[in-house]
Amino acid sequence: MATKASRSAARLMMGPAVILLLGWMLVPLIMTLWFSFRTYLPLRGGDQGWTGFDNYVRFVSSSAFWPAVQTTLVIVLGVLVITVCLGILLAILLDQPMWGQGIVRILVIAPFFVMPTVSALVWKNMFMDPVNGLFAHLWRFFGAEPVSWLSDAAMPSIIMIVSWQWLPFATLILLTAIQSLDSEQLEAAEMDGAPHLKRFFYIILPHLSRAITIVLLIQTIFLLAIFAEIFVTTGGAFGTRTLSYLIFQRVLESQNVGLGSAGGVYAIILANIVAIFLMRIVGKNLDN
Amino acid sequence: MGQITLKQVTKSFGDVQVIPPLDLTIGDGEFTVFVGPSGCGKSTLLRLIAGLEDITTGHIEIDGKDATDLVPAKRGLAMVFQSYALYPHMSVRKNIAFPLKMAKMDAAEIDKRITNAASVLNLTDYLDRRPGQLSGGQRQRVAIGRAIVREPAAFLFDEPLSNLDAALRVGMRLEISELHERLKTTMIYVTHDQVEAMTMADKIVVLRAGHIEQVGSPLELYHKPRNEFVAGFIGSPKMNIFGGAEAQKYGGASAGIRPEHIDVSMSDGTWKGKVGVAEHLGSDTFIHVHDTGLADMVTVRITGDISVRHGDTIYLTPQLDQMHKFDAQGLRIE
Repeated sequence: MATKASRSAARLMMGPAVILLLGWMLVPLIMTLWFSFRTYLPLRGGDQGWTGFDNYVRFVSSSAFWPAVQTTLVIVLGVLVITVCLGILLAILLDQPMWGQGIVRILVIAPFFVMPTVSALVWKNMFMDPVNGLFAHLWRFFGAEPVSWLSDAAMPSIIMIVSWQWLPFATLILLTAIQSLDSEQLEAAEMDGAPHLKRFFYIILPHLSRAITIVLLIQTIFLLAIFAEIFVTTGGAFGTRTLSYLIFQRVLESQNVGLGSAGGVYAIILANIVAIFLMRIVGKNLDN
Repeated sequence: MGQITLKQVTKSFGDVQVIPPLDLTIGDGEFTVFVGPSGCGKSTLLRLIAGLEDITTGHIEIDGKDATDLVPAKRGLAMVFQSYALYPHMSVRKNIAFPLKMAKMDAAEIDKRITNAASVLNLTDYLDRRPGQLSGGQRQRVAIGRAIVREPAAFLFDEPLSNLDAALRVGMRLEISELHERLKTTMIYVTHDQVEAMTMADKIVVLRAGHIEQVGSPLELYHKPRNEFVAGFIGSPKMNIFGGAEAQKYGGASAGIRPEHIDVSMSDGTWKGKVGVAEHLGSDTFIHVHDTGLADMVTVRITGDISVRHGDTIYLTPQLDQMHKFDAQGLRIE
């Protein structure tokens, strides 16, 4: 029973957690906002006072800004398309009864347990290295010239690495969604004369729509901020400089905290626009 | 049209044979009910006819044509599932239209059939709703609507009323019976509820462990059960079956008498017993009698009311012409 006393006790007990979380979020956010309005060059004179919106104007008018936005969007979209499409396929496959199902499922989910930095290093050195990588050996085996993946095809490579990391997540969510589908519905559709492909489009896909939106929402929020994969592989070269990487460069490589913070604020706004946009879609989907 | 013939049909899951060789003919236009305790294979049998399960050996003929290897959609049968299996993301109209759309029927004809089905099933006002917004009974009707628009050779019902509450179940039972009167299409209906079987069927098939125990009209099964199992399964409350010396007196290894065929007296009769619980239904009274020396408990059904108390001594007299006798194998002795 939620009496007045028990409710205030609940508030009191939740207090520490809420304050901690708020502090974790609010302190960096406020510091970012604070620095974004100041000229702050740690190695070239330190904090030099207010500059108004100067940082914001400079960040956007930099020639690196729009390409970075474009790169970010290409990576996000590319990864979303690949993970959702392959995720649905894998989920359907894993839903079939087969020998060694448990082990196969764990193997499919495994990449999700690998840290981004580690997986990027593994891809970079084990697979994509133009001299010793497995791909290079494979290419040579067929008599082809090995591709230097991370310089000649940097964007597809990064999209591939990130997709590999996120595919298990999409597969897992979509698999649970498929398993919740009432098998009588599929049987009814079969009796109604719908062949396999139509059963997929008329019954399975609509059933998955909610899970797909959730995958899209969660992945977008995380993918907008990918950093380690780029840092470890290309270091932002060959057209792989995303918005978050650009911010990193402004702060740490150019030692301009004010400019980087302004970029950070832009990134927050961009992420929120996407989040609101997606929230609306999810809301519409969850309504019925 | 809709005659279904099963010839030596068997079904095994792995090493377990759930349906031993079975022959059955379901006549055109008949309302056939498969009834039996849970796990007796009645749903499996229905799914074999529907084509949702492959039969292990034997043949299924629909309207004289071999349908053993036909896919479900090509058998011309429509099925109503226990969970209704409506498509939750489609409106009622689209649900009903789905089989027609899959058959590539033209839009005008689809529209005509939906309007027809909706008026037959009182769904006209709900056509644009989603299944989630309907009550259990309405969902049931949508499921039936989706079946009838296809104008199938036969309808298959898989325990369609088990998810409804008691009052609604009685209502839907009548509606399905009326639908059968109107459409005159073959219907196969699976249930574990012998009341549903008795009230709806033209022909009842009693199954136990995949075997057909008896096929016959409801009254045939009631008056002339072929064996002890059918005798005990058909009829409510259950028949009183007893063995031993008392049964031998009547000329059988065991004998049975239905609760409604026992006369009651407070002073004298064939059997003496103690009254246990008396269930007063108003129109009838069921009295459970103990210590009769026949079985643990003998149920007696009396029309109207009787004033007996727990622990009273009561005398029972069976109506001898209504007594059922069975031999040592449990088969009926005439």
